[in-house]
Amino acid sequence: MNNNEMREEIIRRTGADPLKCMKCGKCSASCPSYDEMEYHPHQFADMIARGKIEPLCNSESLYKCMSCMVCNERCPRGVKPGALVEAVRLIVIRQSGKNHLSQDKIPQLLNPELPQQAIVTAMRKYAK
Amino acid sequence: MQRIGVFVCHCGTNIASTVDVRVVAENLKSEPGVVFSAEYQYMCSEAGQKLIIDAIKEHNLGGIVVCSCSPRMHEATFRKTAAAAGLNPYMVEIANIREQCSWIHKDKITATQKAIVLGRAAIAKVNLNAPLKAGETPVTKRALVIGGGIAGIQTALDIAEAGFPVDIVEKNPTIGGKMTQIDKTFPTLDCAACILTPKMVDCAQNENIKIYSYSEVDAVTGFVGNFTVRIRRKARYVKEDICTGCGLCTEKCPQKKVPDEFNLGLSNRRAIYIPFAQAVPKVATIDPDYCTMLKSGKCGVCSKVCGVKAIDYTQKDEFVEEKYGAIVVATGFNPISVDKYDEFSYSKSADVVTSLEYERLMNAAGPTSGTLLRPSDLTHPKTIVFVQCVGSRCNDERGKSYCSKICCMYTAKHAMLTREKYPDTDVYVFYIDVRTPGKGFDEFYRRAVEEYGVHYIKGMVGKVIPHADGKLEVQAADLIANEQIIVNADMVVLAAAIEPDKSARSIGTMLTASMDTNDFFTEAHPKLRPVESPTAGIFLSGACQGPKDIPETVAQASAAAAKVIGVLAKNTLKGNPCVAHSDEQMCNGCSQCEKVCPYGAITYVEKEYRNFDRTTIVRRVAQVNEAVCQGCGACTVTCPSGAMDLKGFSTKQIMAEVDAICK
Amino acid sequence: MQVNETNKEFRPQIVAFCCNWCSYAGADLAGTNRLSYPADVKIIRVPCSCRINPMFVLKAFGRGADGVIICGCHPGDCHYTSGNYFARRRMTLLFSMLDYLGIEKERTRLEWVSAAEGQKFAETMNSFVETVTKLGPNKRLEDIRCKRS
Repeated sequence: MNNNEMREEIIRRTGADPLKCMKCGKCSASCPSYDEMEYHPHQFADMIARGKIEPLCNSESLYKCMSCMVCNERCPRGVKPGALVEAVRLIVIRQSGKNHLSQDKIPQLLNPELPQQAIVTAMRKYAK
Repeated sequence: MQRIGVFVCHCGTNIASTVDVRVVAENLKSEPGVVFSAEYQYMCSEAGQKLIIDAIKEHNLGGIVVCSCSPRMHEATFRKTAAAAGLNPYMVEIANIREQCSWIHKDKITATQKAIVLGRAAIAKVNLNAPLKAGETPVTKRALVIGGGIAGIQTALDIAEAGFPVDIVEKNPTIGGKMTQIDKTFPTLDCAACILTPKMVDCAQNENIKIYSYSEVDAVTGFVGNFTVRIRRKARYVKEDICTGCGLCTEKCPQKKVPDEFNLGLSNRRAIYIPFAQAVPKVATIDPDYCTMLKSGKCGVCSKVCGVKAIDYTQKDEFVEEKYGAIVVATGFNPISVDKYDEFSYSKSADVVTSLEYERLMNAAGPTSGTLLRPSDLTHPKTIVFVQCVGSRCNDERGKSYCSKICCMYTAKHAMLTREKYPDTDVYVFYIDVRTPGKGFDEFYRRAVEEYGVHYIKGMVGKVIPHADGKLEVQAADLIANEQIIVNADMVVLAAAIEPDKSARSIGTMLTASMDTNDFFTEAHPKLRPVESPTAGIFLSGACQGPKDIPETVAQASAAAAKVIGVLAKNTLKGNPCVAHSDEQMCNGCSQCEKVCPYGAITYVEKEYRNFDRTTIVRRVAQVNEAVCQGCGACTVTCPSGAMDLKGFSTKQIMAEVDAICK
Repeated sequence: MQVNETNKEFRPQIVAFCCNWCSYAGADLAGTNRLSYPADVKIIRVPCSCRINPMFVLKAFGRGADGVIICGCHPGDCHYTSGNYFARRRMTLLFSMLDYLGIEKERTRLEWVSAAEGQKFAETMNSFVETVTKLGPNKRLEDIRCKRS
């Protein structure tokens, strides 16, 4: 998939329209794993809208997102940044054809700063 | 059959780019009755109108069809043109080939075909048009202003200045509206009360102005020039003409725990009260929800202390009926409730306030006498966070999709005033965009940043967490520095979106004035008729039409007044000649039309008719009062015998249009 | 026009009755905002939706219209206070009678469009044309004397 196809796919899957984003940053202001992320929720909306999806695919941010969906809840424009993050993550996972996390890796990932919920969600979603 | 002329307009390229106007003109020429057809660049221009006039005279036209923009735009123009050529103005029909054809279709062939069909329908209609003459009705030279805020006050003063009597209906005990609660006004920072209260006093003293305070509009009937309005004067349990406003009762009343709406509940008032010192009229009012005398019959303190015996516990709501020529709506706005925004903890912490509450906290007549204190513990806040766009530009059901327009400026004002009075305070403003168009507005905002050192941060606040020690942890995004920041604030001020007053919807329904999806009144034309409602005789003033600041409100208020004066200055108004009429020969006297008429324009009379055999019979037949009929046509469809018809939209004409379209 | 073979090219004939105060203005707004809808829709302006005689609708079908849509002000917003309520009652009756006569319910529609709803007007027309196109030409009430070529 090229960037454009990925964007279409993300929009189709989420039903969100990143062009509705007015760059208020309320998603990032609410984000509990902001400091862990390289790209923040508002940047996801912006970069997807502009078709810069590859850097997002290669970023650790995808897995730092806790999927708490507070950004979806707070977004005044219905952009659903959390769903966008999830959609990009799904593209990566489906392309690589495997799970991102293996159980062996978990102990190394345990980080007092990072809420364990992040790892649990990752397990719940990607370990089959 | 009429001799019809067809005029096709290019509207520059607006029509001509998607509709082949030449082909349209050619095609329509062969329609029955058409003796002349032409196309021109701008039919509405002077040259275009001259073309029409010349053609009417030269070809002796009995009816014309103009294929151009919407009839809502230029029907009146072309009717005047026809009249100038000696043709009855109602022999003009418009085929809307711009808004309903060229602007929505891209394919030239389809658009041209559709334009021809629309032209054909108009020709079919004009073939059956009959010359009409508008009736005239007298104008009641008195205006009504609904709402006594700055908009209503300015409108009333301007109308009164022109010499016409005007009544203000205000639902609160005093006029003045929202502006009375405001401390200072941007961008000049003059005190709101100092510029408003003289105007309030002017209203009270102007002999042309009558103020119905603590009153509501109850019912409206009639039409432009002849409205009849019933006003409910709510019982205030104080005789308005006797009360001197000394205020003794408001000091002695034992019921002290009534939230003071003037201070937005930040302080308490008594059950008998005068909203504020400069109230107009300065008359006490008893709040029936709290007065123990009214609720249980035990107390009567106010009645005992009143030196002029103005208290009357037995007062009832009264109704006044008055006739008006024009009505101005000035119902204003309210900040939205921010309770639904849990993330800002408004209902959890007393130190999270709305901007209007902050205004009261800064005001010398406010609950803290002008000293800025936190509502929770009455200490000086050292760090204040302002959050903009709370509920504005918000697509979900909690907020409003529009920009509330005034928040950027009043937040800059609050931030600036706070820094000026208390230079040791840290002030943060979180914004999405700063929108400060207006004379001296951007300079004002820049002053807040450059001279007063207000921290403007691009980004939104995500949540506010109240801590036990009284601090408010504000978690926000700084989108320029690309970081999430936490501010430990003492106070958080929310710039709540504004919405039309709740009463606007019912008033709009009573006046049959149309409103948009947000309950703002719509104007007759967004650019060219901004202060008129599409309903004739109804005018709009202030924030009931859309968010507005004070200078804009006053400008619109004066504009509305000018329009009202335009109506009242006339002795008679030309009515709409497209009214119903009944064919007495066909009428069977069933009274169905009388029942459906929303205006009571139909009456039945007994008339004597002569039969063929020279005997006479008396029949009951319908008669339409042309001055009252508004031409909706409800009666025409109800009539079982087909005796009722509507001039200008007759059954035959519409049938002919259907025929022409489906051909 | 042959029904089955040329169904792909079939363009329906739609008559829209719009009240002058809300829906016609809504249609104008759709135009001002350049919101497109098919050219099959031809609008007839009436002062109020209550001016629409059931005869007009029957006439339209008789003359070969494939669908008739009636637009008025939202309930409570009628310029003449109560006209749209009359229209609603009359058209409910008429449409169910037409349904009984074999004109599918989808060929008739009553829709409230305010002067501010250009978007809604275009969307309504798009969906209505789509529905009627799927149904194909209307033959039930068509007066064969005025058959379309």
